Amino acid sequence: MRRSARLGVLGAGLAVFAAMMALAFAGLPGFGGSTHPYRDAAVAATYGHNTANAVSSINFDQRGFDTFGEETILFCAVVGVAALLRPVRGERRREVKDSGRVLESTSLLVYVLFPLTIVLAANVVAHGAVTPGGGFQGGVVLSTGIHLLYVGGRFSLLHRLRPLDWFHQGEALGVVLFGALGIAGAAFGSALFANVVPQGQLADFVSAGTVPLFNIAVGMTVCSSVVILLSSFLDQTLAIRADQGGRTGPGPEEGAAT
Amino acid sequence: MTGGVLGNVLIAVSLTLVLVGAAAVVFTRIPSRQAVVLSCYGVLLSIMFVVLQAPDVALSQIAIGTAVVPLIVVLSIRKIDIIRREREKAAGGEEQP
Repeated sequence: MRRSARLGVLGAGLAVFAAMMALAFAGLPGFGGSTHPYRDAAVAATYGHNTANAVSSINFDQRGFDTFGEETILFCAVVGVAALLRPVRGERRREVKDSGRVLESTSLLVYVLFPLTIVLAANVVAHGAVTPGGGFQGGVVLSTGIHLLYVGGRFSLLHRLRPLDWFHQGEALGVVLFGALGIAGAAFGSALFANVVPQGQLADFVSAGTVPLFNIAVGMTVCSSVVILLSSFLDQTLAIRADQGGRTGPGPEEGAAT
Repeated sequence: MTGGVLGNVLIAVSLTLVLVGAAAVVFTRIPSRQAVVLSCYGVLLSIMFVVLQAPDVALSQIAIGTAVVPLIVVLSIRKIDIIRREREKAAGGEEQP
């Protein structure tokens, strides 16, 4: 296709896109307005299941199947990254020595913040059905908290306190738990991902039926995923080197340094 | 926080900060420096989420956008540097003997 014809097609496409977007934006309700049909429906359903946190209720109770899809996407993405970043032929793993100097203030901050972050993460996951937050938020806070150890300058400490096998299993276990809870909804209740556990009193620590269980499952998966993701990148940067005389990529330089 | 003049001012200020931060990220040319600017932009974005009454989104934004993503970018840049240095060393070793 000639250049002018291609530009013509692009122009026509952009014009139609602009017209459709203009139509769509003209029909949007105003920013911060007071009519929210979805809010009215969702909040009513949230109170119907004695859940204080409407966002958690929507994520795990009212549209649990969508969240299962999202969790599977995260799981698959991290598996893909781990497969891409593993040491391949022509690469070797070397011993990582702690080198460099860490400011004492940084070390102190890490010692203070590490336990605080872990407790905050556990709190966010546990109260996911009651206060803002939940499995995803708690999971990422927990995994970033674990990596504070690396900021403190000790890769060896991170290596020892972060048994990767556990996280490999934790990631899969979280997904399985999520699916099992969904199937339990179909087995004991009306539909897949139905809220079959007694829902208790609104705003109690144990309330909202299956929502806290889903939070724990998602927390496990998300925390493990981020830990595995970062460990792949850290390994590539710190531990994995091209073999002596090996090659870093396909090409004629093979055997150049032997 | 959505009602009242003060709420609107807060929303306007945080949106402006996010806009300025995004421009700063885009116009930073050196990737390693860009990772740090991106981290600061993450904080601005999470402030906007708090102002718009989404504290849970702000929490994940702080953890992912301010800590995890810049760390991944910095680690990748370092890995690329290491690969480049190894290539140079391999090329140099070819000429010497």
